[in-house]
Amino acid sequence: MTAAPRPWALLAELTHGCPLHCPYCSNPLELVRRSRELTTAEWAEVMRQAGELGVVHTHLSGGEPLLRGDLAEIVTAAESAGIYTQLVTSGVGLDRARLATLTAAGLRSVQLSLQHADPAASDRIAGHRSYAAKERAAALVRAAGLPLGINVVLHRDNLDALDAIIRRGLDWGADRIELANTQFYGWALRNRDALLPTRDQLARARDTVQRWRDRLGGGALDLVWVVPDYFDGVAKPCMGGWGAVSLTVAPDGTVLPCPAAASLPDLDPPTVRDHPLEWIWDHSGAFNRYRGEEWMREPCRTCPRRAEDFGGCRCQAYALTGDAARTDPACALSPDHAVIRALTTGPGHPAGADPPAPTGGYAYRKPGG
Amino acid sequence: MTGPGTPPAPAGWRPALSRAVSLRHDRVRDADLLVLPERVVVLRGSAAKILRLCDGDRDLEAIVAELQSRFPGAPVAEDVPAFLDRMRTQGWVR
Repeated sequence: MTAAPRPWALLAELTHGCPLHCPYCSNPLELVRRSRELTTAEWAEVMRQAGELGVVHTHLSGGEPLLRGDLAEIVTAAESAGIYTQLVTSGVGLDRARLATLTAAGLRSVQLSLQHADPAASDRIAGHRSYAAKERAAALVRAAGLPLGINVVLHRDNLDALDAIIRRGLDWGADRIELANTQFYGWALRNRDALLPTRDQLARARDTVQRWRDRLGGGALDLVWVVPDYFDGVAKPCMGGWGAVSLTVAPDGTVLPCPAAASLPDLDPPTVRDHPLEWIWDHSGAFNRYRGEEWMREPCRTCPRRAEDFGGCRCQAYALTGDAARTDPACALSPDHAVIRALTTGPGHPAGADPPAPTGGYAYRKPGG
Repeated sequence: MTGPGTPPAPAGWRPALSRAVSLRHDRVRDADLLVLPERVVVLRGSAAKILRLCDGDRDLEAIVAELQSRFPGAPVAEDVPAFLDRMRTQGWVR
């Protein structure tokens, strides 16, 4: 086995606790209890080891990381390890004093989630009255002079409001807006029927993004479009390859090649409570299982696209076929692609009708519930 | 953050790294990096040496003079302003 390249990025899921109840939550179905969370000292040690390992960038995420009273100490630990810190937040709980403490600790940038441009719709999707807090948080971040990113998960309920969403991001002074089409596994898979957009919605949304890019000329605002892999017939290059670019540390110290990988039943992921991060990255079975190309079967094994998409998403392959080593069914070349086509093609199918049917209501994520 | 939307550099420009950008040496990879909120740029050649002089204090002329004294004979006067203008268009230097 040749040595793996060093990881660039660490997704630090500081807690699964969250005031929001989003129907597309990317956290695993089985949430970590607060009593199982890593301590301040354990997170500081994770950051130290991550810096030694080559990590230069960390997303301090959750759940809602502001629920951790020791967030500033964790920021300081990352900064001391030479790691650039970005807070990924719902905005709930970010007041002036808190942001000042975090900035003093070395926080470099903030990414704020937004559910919709319309306050009532944003609150409805989040399952919590949070729009006003988000608006305040954006203003505070701008006033502090930190770069501001807005992250919007897109689905049937907000794709047709994309124009207003981008305008809201501009009004709030965002440097970057990430328009992330819903990825369907974990909690989002549970709500797929309510979240799946129509092809016409997606076509309009693409036009909207292009119009804004033309108008902005690229100078003031970075508009990022994360592709809807159910519709493109092309698998996403998930995580830039398994165990290739980044790692995720879950609230209880479990280390994963991607945040959704907790869903794979026989992965047996290691934990920082038992092993150093370097051993985990280089030698653990979990990180080596789908690393490189040796695990691939046909059609991936001889496919020229394998160097670009790495066979797609392991968690999606598992969720839709029961076997994580199969080709991602999102790929048109997958023998299982019919599973995706049945959902996204033709009249009478969920994605075929336009205008979209109203959503039938969400299964909201209720932590602890 | 690239493209035609960027106005030309003002007269008397004193280049400085943008607030969003961190310039650092990566000991693990022995490389100079620009770290941004969502990406990392690996710097090649003399890029980091030039950017370290962008302190918001020196103007373009001072940066060129400093590099000329350090690297006599290098095409500093032509290359450095063009490089910094590209960095400014990217939004990494202001």
